[in-house]
Amino acid sequence: MSEVHEIALTIDGKDVKATAGMTVLQAAQQADIHIPTLCHHEKLEAFGGCRLCIVEVEARGWTSYVVSCLYPVAKDIVVRTRSEKVDKIRKVIVEELMAHAPDAPELVRLAEEYGADRERFERKESFCIVCGLCVRYCNEVKHENAVGFIDNGARREISFIPEIAKKVCWECQECFALCPTSYAQAAYLLTEALAFPGQRKEPSRPAKGTTAGRRVIPIMPIMTP
Amino acid sequence: MSDKTIDSIIEKYRGQPGSVIHALVEIQHENHWLPRDVIHRVADALEVPFAQVMQIASFYKAFSLTPKGRHEVHVCTGMTCHLRGAPKLQAKVEELTGLKDGETDADSRFTFETGACLGSCSIGPELIVDGKHYGRMTPEKVADVLKRYE
Amino acid sequence: MPKFQSAAELEKFRAEILSSRDPAKPCIAVCAGAACAGMDSAAVAAAFLAALDQQKLGDKLEVRTTGCHGYCEKGPNVVITPGDICYFEVQPTDVSEIIAAALKGEVVDRLVYKDPGTGAKAVHMSEVPFYKHQMRLLMGDNPKIDPMRIDDYLAVGGYAALVKALTEMTPDQVLDEVKKANLRGRGGGGFPAGSKWETTKKAPEKTKYVIVNGHEGESAAFMDRAMLTGNPHKILEGLIIGAYAIGAQKGFMYTRHDMPLLEKHVRNALLQAKEYGLLGENILGSGFAFECELHFDVGIFVSGESSALMRSIEGHAPEPRPKYIRTSVSGIWDKPSNLNNVETWANVPQIISKGAEWFTSIGSERSKGTKLISLSGNVVNSGIVEVPMGTPLRTLAFDIGGGVRDGKTLKAIHFGGAMGGSIPADLIDAPLDFDGMSKLGAPIGAGGLLLMDEDTDMVEVARYLLDFLVNESCGKCAPCREGMPQMLHILTNMTEGKGKAGDLERLEDLAEVTGAASLCALGKTSADPLKSMFRYFKPEYEARIVNVAGGSDAK
Repeated sequence: MSEVHEIALTIDGKDVKATAGMTVLQAAQQADIHIPTLCHHEKLEAFGGCRLCIVEVEARGWTSYVVSCLYPVAKDIVVRTRSEKVDKIRKVIVEELMAHAPDAPELVRLAEEYGADRERFERKESFCIVCGLCVRYCNEVKHENAVGFIDNGARREISFIPEIAKKVCWECQECFALCPTSYAQAAYLLTEALAFPGQRKEPSRPAKGTTAGRRVIPIMPIMTP
Repeated sequence: MSDKTIDSIIEKYRGQPGSVIHALVEIQHENHWLPRDVIHRVADALEVPFAQVMQIASFYKAFSLTPKGRHEVHVCTGMTCHLRGAPKLQAKVEELTGLKDGETDADSRFTFETGACLGSCSIGPELIVDGKHYGRMTPEKVADVLKRYE
Repeated sequence: MPKFQSAAELEKFRAEILSSRDPAKPCIAVCAGAACAGMDSAAVAAAFLAALDQQKLGDKLEVRTTGCHGYCEKGPNVVITPGDICYFEVQPTDVSEIIAAALKGEVVDRLVYKDPGTGAKAVHMSEVPFYKHQMRLLMGDNPKIDPMRIDDYLAVGGYAALVKALTEMTPDQVLDEVKKANLRGRGGGGFPAGSKWETTKKAPEKTKYVIVNGHEGESAAFMDRAMLTGNPHKILEGLIIGAYAIGAQKGFMYTRHDMPLLEKHVRNALLQAKEYGLLGENILGSGFAFECELHFDVGIFVSGESSALMRSIEGHAPEPRPKYIRTSVSGIWDKPSNLNNVETWANVPQIISKGAEWFTSIGSERSKGTKLISLSGNVVNSGIVEVPMGTPLRTLAFDIGGGVRDGKTLKAIHFGGAMGGSIPADLIDAPLDFDGMSKLGAPIGAGGLLLMDEDTDMVEVARYLLDFLVNESCGKCAPCREGMPQMLHILTNMTEGKGKAGDLERLEDLAEVTGAASLCALGKTSADPLKSMFRYFKPEYEARIVNVAGGSDAK
């Protein structure tokens, strides 16, 4: 049996004990210290895309800004989850994302906390904030790869693969609830309408003798209050 | 390009997920573009999800997901060429071909592309057609160059 | 084809090559570098070969196509040895005159260098101002080598360093020498190579890789391609020595897909090295085994970033990984992978041959050796230049570069492409130095130096650089994917007369956040040119803010 290697670090002035191999985010969560995230999900590999979980780390005399979802805990590091610079970074990122989806509940909540101005930057057409939750979930958890990324840079977006989506998506729909902006379900519906209208595979009937069936969640647009 | 040639390229890399890029490069080189069904075949043979092959094919600009013209017209937009007047050159090509960056005309004669630095900065700004360099170009010379390519 | 089983066999073969070559026999070296090729130097070379054949001069004269000589502005370049006589802007119609002169030991006057101001002539390379002020440790061999002939490289002493490393030194000793030499990465990072080698060497995994980053995506940098196309064996030799020091069994050369000649030369070099037993099992009887593969980028700048490059070698889309996962510990397929730039590897053989002490005698206090600089922009003499670190920029711009073309004045100097910065002309006496230039806000980067004249619009330059980067971003992280287009949008407005109040503050915030929070160097340094603009050229930006007073669209 392998020895569990304990690591002591400081987060927001609090002494925290973590185990080797943990990320700063995991250590913080374990110690009930909140760090905001957007692209993070417990069932998925850490992505490091949204950068909201960024924290200030002081290690061996150097201060750096790292994403806590990926940064490994190390002995004696001093972590600050809030600071003038950290807060500014989060504020500007939220403002950048709100240029895409100003009404997304997560973003509205973060905007309030960090004083972000939803109209600071030029409005962008797509509601997708490229958090990758849908793509990664479909790949890592469902192993269907019905939705993927295409193109690069600001043109990067999610794309449902009609050939696969028509067979699996309607029965599953699990990524729709994950999407912070409701774009995923909109993208699926658009793909269906354009590529295979009326041909989605409906969920199969439950086997004889069982009571459990698949409960299809009706898609409702998320209304802002 | 015959299906047989594409087949042989795919066979070469069957069962090797790490060779997606190699396979696509070869097919692109021979076929000048990557049809969707070919991407499916590559995905199946190399055992990589279609979505990932599609990401690679759409991510890298060396690949084309639409058919290309007979001639590739390229204006270098690297920093030196830019300082030496590439924007005017680009505008002239756009005017004469009616194409914007990345487009192919309806007769499949030209595909127009811009892109960075091909390393021959000293002879910028440059027009490159089918790999042939026309250095120290001016907008006035463009029409003559394009005339040579049917 | 000889396959050397030992160092002794290689040296014997080298002696045979040298004794079979007559140094007094005239040799005409025609440059086939990118710019000269673009000026149809191939036609010049063909004309020489045709004349040679026709006049049956094969035993009296030699013709050789070589890699880049460096004086790209004045191509097609031809150099005659003995004497290093330089002819410029050579056309096929000049061929018979050149041949006749070479046979008689004379010079074709009208083709030599003439000073544009005084008309003074310079015949030999050591007299030509462009070459005179350089220290061509790496480039110097280019006119002597046909890149398709490994024997040419052997003739100038190639692979002697490998012999020394394998037969006289242990891997630790080789590593030590490179550390003592303080060889710093030449791709843009300036990170001590020896340190990186050591981290890779010490990583617990037994399988290790070494990589040549020949991607050279930095705009206006063209020296890596010139070196790799012109003298691929030099880089390969450095790579093999490095692999020996680190304990790597396999190497990858990663380069661009859009240069057929480069591909041809590198493939050929790898094949010839293998045939000669310099790659493969039991190299020169030392017991060390090493093989090398060639990989291509597929048309995107970010794939030059080391972790993205490694993703690309694995066959994935090139998405960079955060730097706290050090690729020297976990790189390609999670194995320790040491990546260095072409120029960095090219320096290794001479460090082993001549020693670290010699190497550290060149350069400044913390930047040792020479640096290849791609000189371009509004400069009179553009080309590839090699100078010792510490050389004042003035020497590069004026003595070598010949100053600004069309009689204009110098306004700014730009280093580092889209991830570097611009400094004003009054800083022209600053020395070429990694740390010094970084402090000034114009890091050397890969070494692409651009002169900008008085008509340059500094707002447009920043806009252009961001436009380039926006296309090259991978799109994974928000600060880069969102921040750069927003900066671009504001700058575009400013260049179109639509700058408004709040724009400069927004630019500053975006620059700060993109720089601090992006995942990789592309995003992190994307705002550096803008930062240098704000530092030195702010009034030009402030002048573009037109809507200041108020009204419905001021923010």
